[in-house]
Amino acid sequence: MNQSNISNALKDAGLEILTCLQCGTCSGSCPSGRYTGMVTRKIIRKARVGEDILRDPDLWMCTTCYTCQERCPREIKIADAILTIRTIAVHEGIMLPAHRRVSELVIEHGHAVPINDAVKEKRKKLGMETLPETVHKYPEALADVQTLLKSCGFDKLAGSEI
Amino acid sequence: MKKLSLFLGCITPNRYPGIEKATKLCLERLEIDCSDLPGASCCPAPGVFRSFDKATWLALASRNIVLSEEMERDLLTICNGCYGSLVDANNELKNDPALKKSTNAHLEKIGKKFKGTVDVRHIVELLYDEPGPERIKEAVVKPLDLRVALHYGCHLVKPSKERELGSAEDPTFFDELVEATGAESVDYPDKMACCGAGGGVRSALLDKSLEILEHKLSRIRDADVDCIVNACPFCHLQFDGGQAEIREKHGVLYDIPVLHYSQLLGLAFGFSPEELGIDLNLVTNQDFLEKLKKLAEG
Ligand code: SF4
Ligand code: SF4
Repeated sequence: MNQSNISNALKDAGLEILTCLQCGTCSGSCPSGRYTGMVTRKIIRKARVGEDILRDPDLWMCTTCYTCQERCPREIKIADAILTIRTIAVHEGIMLPAHRRVSELVIEHGHAVPINDAVKEKRKKLGMETLPETVHKYPEALADVQTLLKSCGFDKLAGSEI
Repeated sequence: MKKLSLFLGCITPNRYPGIEKATKLCLERLEIDCSDLPGASCCPAPGVFRSFDKATWLALASRNIVLSEEMERDLLTICNGCYGSLVDANNELKNDPALKKSTNAHLEKIGKKFKGTVDVRHIVELLYDEPGPERIKEAVVKPLDLRVALHYGCHLVKPSKERELGSAEDPTFFDELVEATGAESVDYPDKMACCGAGGGVRSALLDKSLEILEHKLSRIRDADVDCIVNACPFCHLQFDGGQAEIREKHGVLYDIPVLHYSQLLGLAFGFSPEELGIDLNLVTNQDFLEKLKKLAEG
């Protein structure tokens, strides 16, 4: 996707970024920026002026804490914009390997964090049923989740067809 | 109060089952009608799924909400991540007929339909609303003489425009609930800072995520508290599992016990640490368990 399309996609999602002052309030508030190379202000600038943003590793360093969004003097929905740019990147086939694995877990188990034997033991120790009242216990419910994922094309997007 | 269904999410039942048990014990003690929500799945996790594909996020989230609609119960979350994901999905679908239509086209394939008839709640804002801190205080049987570092977590209060729970910079409602147990909610620098887990950062960039965490842990250590209290199993995992990872990777020992609010409340209601799964954390601090034992005897 070319750059003007990114600005348009953001605009379509109700996320206006052209009013950015480049004041840096966002970067100054960013917990990630203190420890990673991420500079929030630059992400907004790049998205605005047409530099390649989709392959920028900073895109994946945002914890979605929303502090920048709370404090932006122009009320730019910064965190939401970052999530939307990520969506575009994923649809262009750009996904971190760890996130692909989390996707596969949901496709296979209906849980991003499935149960394991150690936790089954902990549940027993607590006097609880080994399996929780979730898709783990109800195979037909898991099948429904998988039907939805397929219907949305998520299996293809994550690169592991059901 | 409308009847509730308990949405478990992933990390609570599959990593920290003590939080699940503590929540059920506390709700029962407070005579709040809350049933299981059989067949629920991942919310789905907002940091990853929401940023991957909106249609998938809404389809999975709406299915969970529909399960609760079918039981005519509001959906209760005990996790900031689940809350953020489900409350936002519920609001978007209620307010945008086109999104509702496209989401229902997917749901139709499994014989379900989103109607928009229930609300999504978070246990902290729910308890604050009703019964409220005063009545919780009256229900306490073992007032807790503990110093607590409270961690609100980001998605309980932010984005504040959508959450409508007041100030995101300096909220007090959760502190009031902590103090209702007799504990002291100790002020500390960067109290509202992020734990570093969200947005897929913990799963993909663990070292960076732990650096963000360690900053917060160092602030908490300086505040000289007995434990950290949260209302989000993902923050809980980051604080508890993260301390173990920091010990392994950097050889730094913090040893600060981590409790979900349901577990803190459970202690004040007279349940034992073992009944509440507090001893099943990765960071088990013997001094803390001894102190709890004394409190229980006293
Ligand atoms: S805080 Fe807002 S206006 Fe300032 S640089 Fe960041 S996005 Fe731009
Ligand atoms: S939402 Fe993301 S970019 Fe904004 S302050 Fe938090 S971590 Fe930084």
